[in-house]
Amino acid sequence: MTTSPFSILIIVVPFISAFLVPIIGWWRKGLCYPLVIGALSLSVLSCTVTLKMVMGGGTVHYYLGNWGPPWGIEYVIDHLNAFVAIIVSVVSLIIAIGSRRSVERELPQKIVYFYCLFLLHVTGLLGIVVTGDMFNLYVFLEIASLAGYALIAIGEDGAPIASFNYMIYGTIGACFYLLSVGYLYIVTGSLNMGDLSRILPDLYHSKVVLMAFAFFIVGVGLKMALFPLHVWLPDAYTYAPSAVSALVAPLTTKVGAYVMIRIIFTVFKPHFSLELIPATAILSWVAIVAILFGCIMALGQTDLKRMLAYVLIAEVGYIALGVGLANRAGLTGAILHILNDSLMMACLFLVVGAIMYKVGLRNFHQFRGLHRKMPITMAAFTVAALSVIGIPPTCGFFSKWYLVLGAIAANRWFFAAILLISSLLNAILFFRVIENVYFEPAVYAHNGGDHGEISRDEAPLSMLIPILAVTIGILSLGILSGKIISNIIQFAVPAGL
Amino acid sequence: MMIGFYAMIGKRNLVKKLVGMNIFQTAIILYFISTGAKRGATIPIVDHGQGGAMHAVNAAYYVNPLPHVLMLTAIVVMVSTFGVALALIIMVYRRYKTLEEDEILELRK
Repeated sequence: MTTSPFSILIIVVPFISAFLVPIIGWWRKGLCYPLVIGALSLSVLSCTVTLKMVMGGGTVHYYLGNWGPPWGIEYVIDHLNAFVAIIVSVVSLIIAIGSRRSVERELPQKIVYFYCLFLLHVTGLLGIVVTGDMFNLYVFLEIASLAGYALIAIGEDGAPIASFNYMIYGTIGACFYLLSVGYLYIVTGSLNMGDLSRILPDLYHSKVVLMAFAFFIVGVGLKMALFPLHVWLPDAYTYAPSAVSALVAPLTTKVGAYVMIRIIFTVFKPHFSLELIPATAILSWVAIVAILFGCIMALGQTDLKRMLAYVLIAEVGYIALGVGLANRAGLTGAILHILNDSLMMACLFLVVGAIMYKVGLRNFHQFRGLHRKMPITMAAFTVAALSVIGIPPTCGFFSKWYLVLGAIAANRWFFAAILLISSLLNAILFFRVIENVYFEPAVYAHNGGDHGEISRDEAPLSMLIPILAVTIGILSLGILSGKIISNIIQFAVPAGL
Repeated sequence: MMIGFYAMIGKRNLVKKLVGMNIFQTAIILYFISTGAKRGATIPIVDHGQGGAMHAVNAAYYVNPLPHVLMLTAIVVMVSTFGVALALIIMVYRRYKTLEEDEILELRK
């Protein structure tokens, strides 16, 4: 067991900077952006150091105020945490770099507040990931969600009402979570996750514990937009400003998925979730419906951003399926998919942001000839799309591969078939867009002539660099995924599966 | 708790939804507080003055203070949620001049 100040720095740096941003922004607006980048870079650095420590010496503990568990709040970082924390911090740093121009364009009056909320949201997400205390997790969940509601509400026309609906659903989810924390507190008298998992096995037959588990799953399901509880997601992510969708879409649902894995496999032992109640079996069927529903609804959309929101619902389904299969390969696939999907969604939403910035279009039937105008951006889009479909060597292939392996290992051939069908559906989805971009002849009525030479007009460099970084990430993580699994994920999968 | 939950899901008026949300959250707070109660117990303040801390403390005589502390935090969260929600409602009202969900859906078509 080791303690390290870096595990607390992950949170404290963005948290304090979030409050520094309005103060400094009041004095000089231009300093906000470097401050945000600096804070997030420090956070990435602390995450990296912590991950190194975890890989070297096992779980890292940090006692807040030096109060040991179970009295004080404890931050516990093991392989799973460190992995998700580094995803969250790196992706948010990349999005922050890319957000500069689109924020200046879309929200010129609100730059300072935008960055303040941005940092608070990231703080909340990182807090959820590193904390080892159930109630502390609730508080961070609400910090992240409240910042998220506000961020979404500053978007375009339908944004406030979409954000209000999101808030109603999100609050129900959070309250359910709080309620189940209460149930567990009554029967165990503890709020510490490690403590709970030690005390709970004796109480597995208690009705109270069952209720707590049910409320957990529904509450967290609402937060991660698992299929029947996803209604808030498409509207909220469509109307949000493009920098916000790029931040919220890849991360919030993934952190929700992390909480679900943590509760099912750490707080409750696999023995409970698998054998005593058929929770994981139900979860995997729900996930299957989510995958099909997400893909089919996405087929009906012509607005690229809305289509991506439905694809995201399907992707959440993949992760839930991996959790539901609850065997080694399936869970490896789920954890790997948390990484891959964050990158893919970050890339796709960044591309949408860049297209909005340059062309101002979201309906992909109007994207004709865009590959001449923005070749690099569209190349990045194609790589990310191939990854969502699951074509090697992009990283999306490997997580799907493990999910299929998991389905076969669990003798669920039907699930494996659905995974393949959903890949086909994804292929149809994205090739509709790619066909429009690359193969349809460009017709620009306002240019005066058909087939006229379209001048190259790329997105600004501050947007291109993050897009390229994520694209290279998608390709290289695909190639390196074997290393990631053998060094990190295989330790993150709980023993006994 | 169920009244609040029903109002959040069933009511079509945004303010009524918000009132439902408040009832729901207050119910959870009361629930937590009730878990700390003990029959015949007193307030959880240990007298430190005049050597009061010297004699042993019997936990059974004191109400469990931890749920109260947790709920202080939850109240803060609740108030800020309420604040954000009210701000959102003001934004919605300025744009559509109504707070009935059905009318807003009509207007957005």
